[in-house]
Amino acid sequence: MMQTVLAVTAVILSLAAAGAILRIARGPSLLDRVLAADVLLAILGAALCIDMAVNRHLNNLMLLVALSVIGFIGSVTVARFVADRREQPHDS
Amino acid sequence: MIPDAGTVDAIIDGLSAVFMVAGALMSLAAAVGLLRFPDLLSRMHAATKPQVLGLFLLLAAMGLQLRTWWVWPVLLVAWIFQLLTVPVSAHMVGRAGYRTKHLHRELLSTDELEAVVQNAAAKAAREDGSGDGA
Repeated sequence: MMQTVLAVTAVILSLAAAGAILRIARGPSLLDRVLAADVLLAILGAALCIDMAVNRHLNNLMLLVALSVIGFIGSVTVARFVADRREQPHDS
Repeated sequence: MIPDAGTVDAIIDGLSAVFMVAGALMSLAAAVGLLRFPDLLSRMHAATKPQVLGLFLLLAAMGLQLRTWWVWPVLLVAWIFQLLTVPVSAHMVGRAGYRTKHLHRELLSTDELEAVVQNAAAKAAREDGSGDGA
């Protein structure tokens, strides 16, 4: 049964990753791309979780936490950068 | 009547399978939302699904599959960490999106930030004016 679940979730997550990548490619603004990259990272974390659950090990847990740190730092940094860059012409 | 070990095993397996499929569907929902919603703020609404509820479902499935008690606090710490960082980054992205006008204003039902921003702009302009005069 676990192999079936693995196959079903693999298909679902692949479709989701394809959608997120499409939004990264198409996204009209930088922030849309950052958001889609964040979702892609969450999908990657979901894949790691499912691997751990199906194969019953905990090897990826630290990787999962590191992934959420990377997503946090990345989106905060880019959001900050966008705010600074677009504010200059608006203020002056 | 106490169910035998095989039945309990099957029930736990089925529960964790349901959790895993539901958690994967959260990711799919986020992708569909990213593709179909019109602007940044509504896309942010969709993007939160796999980050919080999806991760919760998958960590719960993991805890059920591992069949040990000591993993639950570890998984809880991982989830709480995600729960603490996601609102901060969403706040930053939403703020940057508002300031750089990546939103469809006609789709908003209320905009409570606009009054605050205009007050701050008026105050800054006043202080600029008095600074020039002095």
